[in-house]
Amino acid sequence: MANEMNIGNSARKAWMGLMASAPEGAMMALWDAVDDRPKFDWLRAPEVGGVMVRGRMAGTGAPFNVGEMTVTRCSLVLKDGTVGHGYVQGRSKPKAEAAALIDALMQTEAADRVQRDVLSPLADQVAQAKTKRAAKAAATKVEFFTMVRGED
Amino acid sequence: MYVAVKGGERAIENAHAWLAEERRGDTSVAELSIAQIREQLSLAVNRVMAEGSLFDPDLAALAIKQSRGDLIEAIFLIRAYRTTLPRFGASLPVETGDMACDRRISATFKDAPGGQVLGPTFDYTHRLLDFKLAAEGEVAPAAEGTPREEATPHITEFLQGEDVIQREPVGEAVPGDLTREPMEFPADRALRLQSLTRGDEGFILGMAYSTQRGYARNHAFVGELRIGKVAVEMEIPELGFAIEIGELELTECETVNQFQGSKTEPPQFTRGYGLVFGQSERKSIAMALVDRALRWEELGEDNLGAVAQDEEFVLSHSDNIQATGFLEHIKLPHYVDFQSELELVRKLRREAEERTAGYQEAAE
Amino acid sequence: MQTQATQFAGGFSDAPINAAHAFRAAMTVMACPGKIRTLTGAQAPKPLSEAAATLLLTLCDPETGVYLAGEADTDDVRQWLTFHTGAPLVGAAQADFAVGTWTDLQPINAYRIGTSEYPDRSATLIVECAELLQSGAVLSGPGIKDTAQLKLPDMQALQANSTLYPLGLDFFFTSGTQVAALPRSTQIAEG
Repeated sequence: MANEMNIGNSARKAWMGLMASAPEGAMMALWDAVDDRPKFDWLRAPEVGGVMVRGRMAGTGAPFNVGEMTVTRCSLVLKDGTVGHGYVQGRSKPKAEAAALIDALMQTEAADRVQRDVLSPLADQVAQAKTKRAAKAAATKVEFFTMVRGED
Repeated sequence: MYVAVKGGERAIENAHAWLAEERRGDTSVAELSIAQIREQLSLAVNRVMAEGSLFDPDLAALAIKQSRGDLIEAIFLIRAYRTTLPRFGASLPVETGDMACDRRISATFKDAPGGQVLGPTFDYTHRLLDFKLAAEGEVAPAAEGTPREEATPHITEFLQGEDVIQREPVGEAVPGDLTREPMEFPADRALRLQSLTRGDEGFILGMAYSTQRGYARNHAFVGELRIGKVAVEMEIPELGFAIEIGELELTECETVNQFQGSKTEPPQFTRGYGLVFGQSERKSIAMALVDRALRWEELGEDNLGAVAQDEEFVLSHSDNIQATGFLEHIKLPHYVDFQSELELVRKLRREAEERTAGYQEAAE
Repeated sequence: MQTQATQFAGGFSDAPINAAHAFRAAMTVMACPGKIRTLTGAQAPKPLSEAAATLLLTLCDPETGVYLAGEADTDDVRQWLTFHTGAPLVGAAQADFAVGTWTDLQPINAYRIGTSEYPDRSATLIVECAELLQSGAVLSGPGIKDTAQLKLPDMQALQANSTLYPLGLDFFFTSGTQVAALPRSTQIAEG
């Protein structure tokens, strides 16, 4: 069975995490270009819910509750028995469905193709946006210089 | 006492219809889209998310549109929506040390690793109305520098190295959640922080300001203020490991306060902490000051009788939805209460008049 | 070993509708002790009945601790419940809900009965029964016009529970696709 393929948790964690916060428009554009969609059954139809976000006192201490965020999740099974889970930020059921299907496909022979056509370009776009923001922040970094040096 | 009254349905329906029309305003002016509010009024969106206690910029923008820009009404809408969501669980505590910082400043250390990064701040603007904004126009792209690759360390870590700042007790206890169990006093620090981060910005600001003006005597510096994005992770039982479920913008403020020491603690610096959804700088600094003031008991300080030290006062009055609900209910029909009070006043008046008449008769 | 797919199967096909129907049935039997209703929609791994499984999916979430008693405590049931509800699995003393046969659920005094400030901080027991019969113990009290009858597993223990009112435990009795209930407010007499 497909899900007996040895897939590292860290690889799965990486692709699920990427899809969770990736912009919906970018992800769906790449996913819509993939033609042969597998048939599946729902194990848990998409549902919108809340997750309580925790922080730490002073950043490093004991946890406390900051507030909730919206998350949409679903789980599905392909005809060969492979199970895919989707957890995405926000309230988009189509995005959660796409995330679960991609999660399932990444455990099958289609993995390389999905990685090449969807996940890699998506990761590039996300990384580019992050770098651009970091570059703007860097341009506002204060460079101190000494006006007068005391002589002794 | 409340009395059920029939009637008024037509009036209410018509009031709603007029409200919708007024919300839209002059139809010769283009209608606002949710995306416009989300992108161009983002600090209002942030406030609604922080006090509505739900991070979802699109929903907050919708609430602002629906409430005609009344932010407390918008927060009310978000709180109401929030209660309809099934709770999937709680995240792992976010690692603010890994934040991708848009802004990061310190009032205490000039040369902190990572530097002073101003970010998109109002601080050095001249607060002069910019009439150019009254006309539409393109915005020049912001300058770019060499992006920092590594994480920006917390500034208080340097003080910790020297052991002159109080260490935060580390723990993994499940924090209380005031949205699930009603608040009881005394509340612990976890509950206080949850209450402050969703509290009304104006109220928290006022409380914080009172501590600076001498009510609670806390001389605070902003040790560090950072704004940026952090990843949120949650354990997924069906996977057996944690995954990232999204990304939030947060504002974090750590204040450093001088502390004379007490019977049990040597002289050292102590801290206050603020962590708020979105870019919410004023709120997070204010939160840190109030957090610090409320810690007087655990730090062995004197109760100076300042309101900002009074946990029950601060936490019971910081929630603008609770406050609005109680405040505004007095405009709803209280006909019977008032009728009985009117009767009482008339009776007292009558008795007083009779007494006066009695004295006059006696005097004559 | 069960496959991944079966571990995750057996949930509601249409959660809002299924849960609303189930909640209505659960509320009806709790409001009218002695009534029996049908409860369907969820299929849990053995040995849980369809009625018990449906109750669990309807009432439990990540904030309700569930105690799986005796035979009900299998790896399959644990995984199924965790996936569909996210409910933490806890001991009898911390449980908001407990499920199992009457024998497996013993001792009855192990569960939380609430406090006088918060009588609701008490456990609800889902008792799996061989059959539900409207005979035996005579029930009276809120929600019952005159009297009702229901076969109970242990009259004495349940009478003792009702004397704790407003504290105490509440019970669902499940068998196959059927459910009945006994809240703490019901008076119980010999039939």
